[in-house]
Amino acid sequence: MGDFVSGLGLLADPAVLFALLIGSVGGVVIGAIPGVGAAVAIAILLPATFALEPLVGLTMLLGIYGSSMYGGSLPAILINTPGTAVNALTTYDGYPMTKRGEALRALGLAYGASFVGGVLSIVALILLSPVLAKVAPLFGSREIFLAALLGIVLVVIAHRGQTLVAGSLAAFGILINTVGLEPVRYTQRFTFGQDWLSSGVDLIVVVLGLFALSQAFVLLTDPERAPTTQRVSGNMWAAILGVFKFKRIAASGGGFGVLMGIIPGVGEFTAQFLSYTYAQKTSKDPDAFGKGSPEGLVASESANNAVPAAAMIPLLALGIPGEALTAMMLSVFYVHNVVPGPGLFQNQMDFVYALYVAMILLNVLVVVFMLFASNLLIQIIRIPTRFLGVMILTLSFVGVYSLRNSVIDCAIAAGFGVLGLVLKRQNLPVVPIVLGMVLGGIMEVKLRAAMARVDTPLDFVSRPIAAILAIVIVLLIIGHFVGLIREKRVGLAEDAHDHDIHDSQTR
Amino acid sequence: MRRGFLMGADVSRSQTFQDLFKRYRRPGDFVISLMSFVFALVLLATMPEQVEWVDGVALYAQPAFWPTVAVIAMVVFSGLHLFGAMVSERIRGRTQEILYWLRSLEFAVWFIAYVMVVPVIGYLPSTLLFTAALTFRLGYRNWRYFAGAAVFSVAVVVIFKGFLQVKIPAGDIYSLLPAGDFRLFAMIWL
Repeated sequence: MGDFVSGLGLLADPAVLFALLIGSVGGVVIGAIPGVGAAVAIAILLPATFALEPLVGLTMLLGIYGSSMYGGSLPAILINTPGTAVNALTTYDGYPMTKRGEALRALGLAYGASFVGGVLSIVALILLSPVLAKVAPLFGSREIFLAALLGIVLVVIAHRGQTLVAGSLAAFGILINTVGLEPVRYTQRFTFGQDWLSSGVDLIVVVLGLFALSQAFVLLTDPERAPTTQRVSGNMWAAILGVFKFKRIAASGGGFGVLMGIIPGVGEFTAQFLSYTYAQKTSKDPDAFGKGSPEGLVASESANNAVPAAAMIPLLALGIPGEALTAMMLSVFYVHNVVPGPGLFQNQMDFVYALYVAMILLNVLVVVFMLFASNLLIQIIRIPTRFLGVMILTLSFVGVYSLRNSVIDCAIAAGFGVLGLVLKRQNLPVVPIVLGMVLGGIMEVKLRAAMARVDTPLDFVSRPIAAILAIVIVLLIIGHFVGLIREKRVGLAEDAHDHDIHDSQTR
Repeated sequence: MRRGFLMGADVSRSQTFQDLFKRYRRPGDFVISLMSFVFALVLLATMPEQVEWVDGVALYAQPAFWPTVAVIAMVVFSGLHLFGAMVSERIRGRTQEILYWLRSLEFAVWFIAYVMVVPVIGYLPSTLLFTAALTFRLGYRNWRYFAGAAVFSVAVVVIFKGFLQVKIPAGDIYSLLPAGDFRLFAMIWL
């Protein structure tokens, strides 16, 4: 309880509250613009937050992360274009509702479901934190190594149908992380005699290239689009309260979001899928799903908004990011010499509580903002896409160049921008590269530390958590191959169920 | 494109779950698989010169261990990808796709040009110039877009350089300004 009160004290800083306001409102606006997701915004803002206090910087980034999905539901519902990739499922039921003349109801349900999912997940995690504080210290070097390896395995097999590419990209990420001067033996690795490669390739440069510059290049190269939509009128508050007719669906969506958010490499899509499937299977009107079912809309939006808080768990407790956004946030910790991991939960619990309370506040702020701002956001959706590309390109410059005023960094980022564009066009994921870089670094350090205390290979998995993690990794790999064989036997055509639902690279 | 996300009751739940994660080939899949395989092979071929195995150090602690793991994994995964692409049916539209990739290079050049100009003429002038020129290049002719680009440029410079104090050096030409308050102002804020 003392930690909780102390956490509230940390939040009382006006700078933190201001960052929260900017992050939450900014996140909604950014999320509402199709083509700009939280990843682009966070990548651009990262270097600017390095000068801020850790809590201020993280609050701003968390604000963007947690609120972008609220904004993203607006174009998903009104113009059938998800503002962020995780709102894609929202279009299935949201847009048909708009076509039926129920746009206000759909928006209210989306905001309400996002709020319920978000707040439920944070409350669950606050209650769970003391347990995590007890469990986290049980994670030594070998457990963290195995958890990072699990993250790599999951991010590869989660890209079904493209696992080979995901594996190749994750390995590429691991390789990029090793480039430069090796920190223990001081040997050069893949520097090709170039001085500028000795210091390695910065994660932020790669992230900015893959997410921000690539998106700018796509928008600039694609033909112009300027979506049109109409105003929404009516009582938004009453529409938001409509979510309480679907309490069970919203609560289960929040639950799935928490569970899937905690597991590295999984995230929003799985949470939404489980939530949506559960809602459909338990619905009195399952046939309405995909044709404008309010239950489907609530299931989707409650699940995706529960993920950000949960995704902070492996990051804070173990120092292991589960997806690209938390990987970016990890660099904020590193810059301030705050090393997330078991020690954080033991020694800085107030900091963790402050982050969670900030997330509750941001959900409240966003809902209040949405009561009045939906029609304002509609104007923002109308920005022509190529002009938006100019804006993202201009902002990307600040992100890369302000790191160390390096033209070479900018050239590397531009190279990764073109790579990101090609991957996006191929519907291939960019996340494995980012996770490969971050988790590869963690695996290298932790394996070296762990092996120093291991005599035989079996010793590595002699502790209960290490054994469980190793078994899970083996079962996942076996399960993946079993699934492939089963799929082959069913004999479905390659494109039998083509869909773009998991375009995670456009976030 | 979205057909069948939720399939009918005749398909088992496990298949539906797997379907969620499925990705599909697009035109250009063969080219990207070939390029990534060749890239991985080049890395493999250069590895003896690019990483060092140190005597008397355990395998897991070798500086060459992780680069080797990564490159071998790249060769294996991209090789299998290439094999898959070769035995798969060709999807039409490969040339257009590659032309699209090449067209995007123009904007990478624009970006690098912007980067090169900033230290010379300063952040605000180069941003104004860059957004206006690119707006023109993209075919906008209405004055509102140019006004929007100018307002956006000023806002970005003031917010990032002025308020957030990000590190962007003052332009060389600022030193030509007469010494005094305005030069100082330009160097700090613009």
